[in-house]
Amino acid sequence: MTAYVIAAAMGVVGGFIAALAGVGGGIVFVPALALVLGLTQVVAEATSLLAIVPVAILGTWQQRRTGDVHLRDAVIIGLGSIATAVLAAFVADQLPQEVLRILFAVFMVLIAVRIWRGAERDAGDDRRQPSRIT
Amino acid sequence: MWRLVAVGAAGGALSALFGVGGGVVMVPLMIMLCGYNSRAATATSLAAIAIIALWGTVTYGLLGNVNWGLAAVVGIPALLGVVIGVRVRARISAVLISRVFAVLLVVSAVLLVVNP
Repeated sequence: MTAYVIAAAMGVVGGFIAALAGVGGGIVFVPALALVLGLTQVVAEATSLLAIVPVAILGTWQQRRTGDVHLRDAVIIGLGSIATAVLAAFVADQLPQEVLRILFAVFMVLIAVRIWRGAERDAGDDRRQPSRIT
Repeated sequence: MWRLVAVGAAGGALSALFGVGGGVVMVPLMIMLCGYNSRAATATSLAAIAIIALWGTVTYGLLGNVNWGLAAVVGIPALLGVVIGVRVRARISAVLISRVFAVLLVVSAVLLVVNP
């Protein structure tokens, strides 16, 4: 029961980060599912992807009036991802679990470094720029 | 057009390999290749993630890797987090939040490796 409460709390954190940073929250969902709920790495990742879908939809919906969501571009990006996403899922499914887990841990540290450095950059104001220069 | 497809290809690979949205690679690429500013890139990236995560979910679902019940355990509370995040975004220190989050990620990464 405690594990479920902790995982749910991590879910809230993941959604919070998603809203702040424009990511899906998976970087929090995967450790919640693997470390706290004890799923294997590949099942944690697969389950995280399912949890991301409604989070991304709600986050997009909440920003619909800001003019920052370029829906047509998002659809092109989404369609452009099909082949690599399907392929990567097969690769992750075949990799030994400990290898996938270590790769994910390395990925987390890289993200942490990026977030730490990006915090300084994002403190600057880019609001005066047009939303997209085409 | 083809730059957007390339952004999608990179995002899709990262997304399905690691069970994430892929925004972390797409946002900088959209800024560098497609002329986006960071706010429009994060917002548009999130919309793209809704589609990208779907492909991984379907593929993993067919391979039998998705745990539907536990997805709800983290995914439904996450919706609350999104609502809170959007509300407080303008009022909090993004730098402080980012730093705390970065430290938590490193701690989680260490736990993942030492406690398999």
